[in-house]
Amino acid sequence: MSLIMFNLLLKGLWETIVMTGVSGALSFVLGLPLALILVTTDKGGIYEHLAVNRILGGIVNALRSVPFIILLVAVIPLTRLIVGTAIGISAAIVPLTIAATPYFARIAEVSLREVDRGLIDAARAMGASRWTIVREVLIPESLPGVISGFTVTLVTLVGASAMAGAVGAGGLGDLAIRYGYQRFETGVMIAVVVVLIVLVWGMQGAGDWLARRLNHR
Amino acid sequence: MADKAINAAFDTGTAPVVDLHGVSRQFGDRPALQDITASIARGEIIGLIGRSGAGKSTLIRVLNGLDRPQAGRVVIAGQDITDLDEAALQPIRRRIGMIFQHFNLLSQRTVAENVALPLKIAGQPPALRRKRVLELLDLVGLADKADQYPAQLSGGQKQRVGIARALAPDPLLLLSDEATSALDPETTHSILDLLARVNRDLGLTILMITHEMEVVRRIAGRVLVLDAGRIVEEGPVARVLASPQSDTTKSLVSGLSPSLPADLVALLAPTGDQAILRIDLTGRAARLPVLQRISRLTGQEARLLHGGVGDVQGEPYARLFIALGTADATIIAQVTADLSPIATAIEVLGYVPDHV
Repeated sequence: MSLIMFNLLLKGLWETIVMTGVSGALSFVLGLPLALILVTTDKGGIYEHLAVNRILGGIVNALRSVPFIILLVAVIPLTRLIVGTAIGISAAIVPLTIAATPYFARIAEVSLREVDRGLIDAARAMGASRWTIVREVLIPESLPGVISGFTVTLVTLVGASAMAGAVGAGGLGDLAIRYGYQRFETGVMIAVVVVLIVLVWGMQGAGDWLARRLNHR
Repeated sequence: MADKAINAAFDTGTAPVVDLHGVSRQFGDRPALQDITASIARGEIIGLIGRSGAGKSTLIRVLNGLDRPQAGRVVIAGQDITDLDEAALQPIRRRIGMIFQHFNLLSQRTVAENVALPLKIAGQPPALRRKRVLELLDLVGLADKADQYPAQLSGGQKQRVGIARALAPDPLLLLSDEATSALDPETTHSILDLLARVNRDLGLTILMITHEMEVVRRIAGRVLVLDAGRIVEEGPVARVLASPQSDTTKSLVSGLSPSLPADLVALLAPTGDQAILRIDLTGRAARLPVLQRISRLTGQEARLLHGGVGDVQGEPYARLFIALGTADATIIAQVTADLSPIATAIEVLGYVPDHV
């Protein structure tokens, strides 16, 4: 493999990491509150509000049912509004975040629902306010599960970012499609796949390690 | 400010810790509590016993405002909490400790952090919290476990952490919701001892909710018996155990006192050669030489077939099944008349043939 190819590979890796990392971080920051709202406004929740719950749930389901490649193109006007351009890495981060946020919210929701009702009751009996219950009980108790779910989200983002080439964002997936597939350069294809495997393997390993370390159950 | 007023009322007031007036609560058309009127005095340990579904859990939730009655008033330390909103209830709940059947400890927090939680909720600074937590862990005998996680502890140790946590905010009232039901008998014993010590040393009022009469017998001074949402019996534990009035109480007590062995029950008939008597005695009477007294009175032998002597709160009680050497109605009446003044209950169960 030539030095040029090696540099392309490095650049692609970096672009994938940036896209995954930034949209992952944003989906965590936006998705966790969304998950908390979904859990606490549900029937029997501490902020029970079924109308809010149904509407948010509906939006989340709608966003999750749109194929990513469609979403990528459909949100171009919004992307332009937010980041000022419709091409490049920052243009890919907007649709990636929009896709990953409801995905992560649903995964985090599962972990939050697993928090024992008895703990919430105990905190209420101690005179805790609802916000205190969220801060001191719901989030810390579900954290190991939330971290595992976030790892899954990141890995999914790596896959989704391959489609970001459609808006000229680059990344490893784009490299594999343009060089490996369209130009029949099998060597590049294999190199990209190997790098992706190592990347995903590393992320999953780090996520598992962190979740295990945080879990005292 | 409201917190201070509440704390002052809790610490120095003289009103009963709990006063319930005609409290009723329904779920759908199923009544959970019906016209409950009861009072808990400062410093007492009171047992609330009933089968599952009797309304015990609802009653406990009404006491700390987690559930609202549809009728009646709930007064805690002189303050009517029936109509208070969530925010106004919070400072009151902070002074009512609670322990649970399944402990309800935070699994991702250390023992010390769990005990500190109510203090954190009350807004105490970390330095004060740390000091108080160590005192409490010392009190429950877990000072060396401060930095462990609940998963590393046994059931009994978890409940000790639960007790330390409940005691942290210096509560006026401790609610124990089936706190020993998930523990083995030996651990139950040590947890009850700890609660009795806390009651004695700190003067803490404790409401013990349980379905086990054994728990009430060990620790409580007074008992309320709940059935289908109503208080069916109430009184000092020794009295209620010795002569239960309601059917619910009788069945709850039945496991505690000896009952006639099945082979003898099978032989009981309306007529026979020997009368079988059940005699219940409490207090000093439980230690009197009853058999000798009957023999001397009737000139007949009195045989002890079955029975036992136990104690409730240091008060002895006895239940004896005696075979009288005759079926003569006059003699039996004579025995009954003689023992009536000292016995809590005396009953002729039936008659058996001579050879028994």
